[in-house]
Amino acid sequence: MSSPRTTWSHLVVSLRAMLVLTVILGVAYPLLVTGLGRLLPARADGSLVTGADGAVVGSSLLGQSFTDADGAALPRYFQSRPSAAGDGYDGAASSGSNLGPENPDLVAAIEDRRDAVAALEGVDPAAVPADALTASGSGLDPQISPEYADLQVPRVAAERGLPEDEVRGLVAAATTGPDLGFLGQAGVNVLELNLALDRLAG
Amino acid sequence: MAGWLAAAQLLLVAVVVAALYRPLGDYLAHVYTSPRDLRVERVLYRLVGVDSRSEQSWRSYVRSVLAFSLVGLLLVYLLQRAQAWLPWDLGLPAVRPDLAFNTAASFVGNTNWQSYSPEQTLGYSVQVLGLAVQNFVSAAVGMAVAVALVRGFARRRTGTIGNFWVDLTRGTLRVLLPISVLGAVVLIAGGVIQNWAAPTDVTTLAGGVQSIPGGPVASQEAIKLLGTNGGGFFNANSAHPFENPTGWTSLFEVVLMLAIPFSLPRTFGRMVGSHKQGYAILAAMGAIFLASTVLLTVVESHGAGTAPQLAGAAMEGKEQRFGVAATTLFGSVSTLTSTGAVNGMHDSFTALGGLFPMLNMMLGEIAPGGVGSGLYGMLVLAVIAVFVGGLMVGRTPEYLGKKIGPREIKLASLYILVTPTLVLAGTALSFAVPAVRDSVESTSIWNPGVHGFSEVLYAFTSAANNNGSAFAGLTANTPWLNTALGVAILLGRFVPIVLVLALAGSLAAQDKVPATAGTLPTSRPQFVGLLTGVAVIVTALTYFPVLALGPLAEGL
Repeated sequence: MSSPRTTWSHLVVSLRAMLVLTVILGVAYPLLVTGLGRLLPARADGSLVTGADGAVVGSSLLGQSFTDADGAALPRYFQSRPSAAGDGYDGAASSGSNLGPENPDLVAAIEDRRDAVAALEGVDPAAVPADALTASGSGLDPQISPEYADLQVPRVAAERGLPEDEVRGLVAAATTGPDLGFLGQAGVNVLELNLALDRLAG
Repeated sequence: MAGWLAAAQLLLVAVVVAALYRPLGDYLAHVYTSPRDLRVERVLYRLVGVDSRSEQSWRSYVRSVLAFSLVGLLLVYLLQRAQAWLPWDLGLPAVRPDLAFNTAASFVGNTNWQSYSPEQTLGYSVQVLGLAVQNFVSAAVGMAVAVALVRGFARRRTGTIGNFWVDLTRGTLRVLLPISVLGAVVLIAGGVIQNWAAPTDVTTLAGGVQSIPGGPVASQEAIKLLGTNGGGFFNANSAHPFENPTGWTSLFEVVLMLAIPFSLPRTFGRMVGSHKQGYAILAAMGAIFLASTVLLTVVESHGAGTAPQLAGAAMEGKEQRFGVAATTLFGSVSTLTSTGAVNGMHDSFTALGGLFPMLNMMLGEIAPGGVGSGLYGMLVLAVIAVFVGGLMVGRTPEYLGKKIGPREIKLASLYILVTPTLVLAGTALSFAVPAVRDSVESTSIWNPGVHGFSEVLYAFTSAANNNGSAFAGLTANTPWLNTALGVAILLGRFVPIVLVLALAGSLAAQDKVPATAGTLPTSRPQFVGLLTGVAVIVTALTYFPVLALGPLAEGL
């Protein structure tokens, strides 16, 4: 047994090494991590959340559209950010828009979204925050900014016949971050917030 | 306020990386110099058929690296072509030949450029048996080559630079594997998924249908970052909540990317017998790292450009949980190493913000660079720097007691010419050949105007420097780009490796010359400044014209 000398023996040794390493790194390693993941099954399985009837309605980590079949916003729900994943929040097609800062299509989209949000909420267009006007990197952003949530509180409260303060309390409960006070930024989980609203309605 | 938060997260990264420097760097030195084999390693050597006691010449070491990588290339290619017959294929068909070649080259070359959308192209078996394995071994190859070069500096009058099979095995089993297991568990605790379920459709709250993806993501994610690979399990990479769920996981992923590259200067210092030499290399890496990261964050927070100004902030392509500062930190780290993962879309960065990832890659990914490749890239520049210093004072240059003669300087010069040649030639051909230009302009480019040019420039910069990030609007899944980028990845990876190993062989054969009054001291701030200056000036002179056509034209 010595080190390989010819090109052919280098290739034979390489093939054997690759096969042995594939068993360790490609089979044993992911299975070991899967086994360790069973210690935290809720996380490893995708942080799934259930609705009133106990059926899974999504993942608390993945955003959803709160629109009707035609794409119109459902006013009784808080609205998510614009999404470039498929037709919007498509879990099988995560993606950003990849539109550049000078792209006329992006400029037009931002103007349209501003008008639409301002009309839906009945506010001054200048009051609409940036996250409501832009698509996220994943297209599955589960959060909106606290400012955008705040903008939507009066509409949702009116639609559901709830006091605004009660809705604000639910918004606060769905707000997390920044982690440790400085990692990332604060956000409101839209699915959890809307679930809490539905639960309130019974 | 936002400025303080950005500074605080950068400070935390610096503290963690500084805390890892000595223990991890010393551990790496121990791994690569210990005479003892672990029991599991002895079994592996027996199965593979190598003698762990034997040493290789640089030519033999090169042959081993190339043979091992060729076998990896063929295996990943065949796995993709045979996907339909593999278990857990999610019903996906075989990958087309040009795309399978590009992907195989990309993962074997530690690049992880992805011309495809993973969730619509690859089942779990190709991901774990093909891609994850290469994520480990391509990183271990990078570390092995770096250690071989360091041995060249440390040894004297010898014909050998180590044993590739031992370096590969130890780097994989003693360093990458244990840290990855630990990292994967931490990521699962943060919400990264790890299961084998196929995507399942659920009825959403509003009554629509959403597909919830599954997959062994955490195991892939940990080595993706630790090995500075960067290939996402999902199309959105680390912007996807299942790959990077929250603010602290994003910072943890940043630390995984930086841990080994920033600790290797310590390994280098220990192996050449002078920790001060390690600190000098670390200082040059750290200076460039800090300057580039701060500048990108300032520029992007400013939010210049028509769309960001209209929206009120540069939030297109960024996640709410990260915001601007955590996205620019991740993007900066990802391109200053050779990772190429993203937690926000670089294509939608402001014009000058998009310039920095490109500049980071054009610097050759040396601050701190990829695992192994960052150290050997910086050491090659150090050779150039002592040569420039030698010219100034009119003496034969030396580095660590080794004479930098004609052969050494030729190898170092060739090294720094390889990637710029690939980047500029690839970009130029994409627009100069009429048939190719039609394909690039009608199919590949996504954004109009100079930004479209930047997408192509970014692609070749990323491929040739083995980064893997993209201005991802570019449709790269075409015969031209799959082939040209695949070739750029292979040449950009393996030509420099051959040159570095030749340099290692040439240095190892020399005796050490004693330092004299005329020797340029290479552990003082003066040399750190010279090294940093050489790195920046070489890059600036090479790439300024082409940057002026792309991001500078758009941003100024």
